[in-house]
Amino acid sequence: MIALTRVSRTFPARSETVAALHEIDLTVAEGEFVAVIGRSGCGKSTLLRLIAGLLEPTSGTITVDGGPVHGPRRDVALMQQQPALLPWRTALGNVLLPVEMARLPRAAGAGRARELLDAVGLAGFHHRHPYELSGGMQQRVALCRALIQQPRVLLMDEPFSALDALTREDMAAQLQALHLARPATTVFVTHSIQEAVLLADRVVVLSPRPGRVREVLAVDIPRPRSLGRSAALPAVAECVAHLHDVLAKAGDA
Amino acid sequence: MTRIRSAGLPVLGAVTALAVWWSATAVFGIRSFFLPAPPDIVEAFRRQPAYLLRETGSTVAVTVTGFGIAVVAGLLLAMTLTAWRALERATLPVLVALNSVPKVAVAPLLVVWLGFGAQPKIVLVVLICFFPVVVATMAGLTSTPAELSELSRSLSASVWQAYVKIRLPWALPQMFVGLKVGISLAVIGAVVAEINNPTGGLGAVIVLSGTSFDTPLAFAAITLLAVLSTALFYLVVALERLLVPWARAISG
Repeated sequence: MIALTRVSRTFPARSETVAALHEIDLTVAEGEFVAVIGRSGCGKSTLLRLIAGLLEPTSGTITVDGGPVHGPRRDVALMQQQPALLPWRTALGNVLLPVEMARLPRAAGAGRARELLDAVGLAGFHHRHPYELSGGMQQRVALCRALIQQPRVLLMDEPFSALDALTREDMAAQLQALHLARPATTVFVTHSIQEAVLLADRVVVLSPRPGRVREVLAVDIPRPRSLGRSAALPAVAECVAHLHDVLAKAGDA
Repeated sequence: MTRIRSAGLPVLGAVTALAVWWSATAVFGIRSFFLPAPPDIVEAFRRQPAYLLRETGSTVAVTVTGFGIAVVAGLLLAMTLTAWRALERATLPVLVALNSVPKVAVAPLLVVWLGFGAQPKIVLVVLICFFPVVVATMAGLTSTPAELSELSRSLSASVWQAYVKIRLPWALPQMFVGLKVGISLAVIGAVVAEINNPTGGLGAVIVLSGTSFDTPLAFAAITLLAVLSTALFYLVVALERLLVPWARAISG
């Protein structure tokens, strides 16, 4: 469970300070999947880095599982926009990096790493290096690396935004399957309305400069959802249309 | 076909260059005292192979010792400076000033300070190839991509883990750029030192052949130097392929 109470964050810029986030109140329940959506510059990434403990809030409090966030924690995993793989390590070696950083036995982690790689469709690619993998495959490896420690909280910063449309759909479907199999509390930042509606239990819309919570929309559509079949459902169309409207209004800046 | 071409074209170029050189000496009747033809150089080598190989060995020893010291010292200094920002800012101007001194000009002074043995030669080699190693390693150590730094922070990596598992391996390709520049300069440094202080080595052979007007011998020594320099350079390249096979893949 993640709880943010009146969280603000400003950044120094030249002579004045710029407010990135203003008094954000947000609670993400245990195992819930929340998508955060908004235009660029609305503080989505800042929000994620605050929860990850990579940034300190200027004011307000953030707790994860009841404890205040003071820095990065091993049960909180961050998946970045770039795959950020180490080019000298194989796919398997990259997935095992968090295990090594935590000084846990490599052998035990290796079994789980193989399972994860197989689960995202990289069965034949365990010993390939990043430069031998496509962008989508690299991002799958990064997903496995984020999941290897069985995090209680998974933070994802536009993880599929650099991928082509078809690969995005595949990855979103795999992420959904992994989440259904083992639900971690997830905050998923995106600028794709379809992705948000497909994946999330709730969608948080941020308005820009400074980032504020504009609206929180519950997505009551049965799972598993798919972009193909679910797109025609009236409930999905309604959610998507509604989010378009809210974002259009939020985009007055 | 492409394989034959990739191996064949450089050979063809080299053979053509030799042929032009050789025929020029024959057609224009250039005396071997002025510009020896390729066979004269082979002949000069065959007259005293043991002597030439011994002096080559002496140059190799000076070059490799100096290069080795420069690499170890350069890596340590680069690591210290990048780990300690204040020290870097205090030391860098001094380093840049020292580097802008033409090292070749120091060669006679080194003899005054260190005598006629191998020491002044080794020191000149160290001086001449130290800076490229330091600069390249520092560039490598400070070029860790932001997303990798963030990743290691988010994984709660210790300073040591972040250094050994991410920052240092990431710096290796750039470090090798410095090593490749350094090894070529090291040979130059050794020869300059030997010419300045001709007690041994191929540089001394060139000086002595000048005093006896034995131009083919000088060319034999120069040829050996070229071979030596090329061989050492490709040794470093081979080491790079062995240690950082991924560097070529991501840059190409």
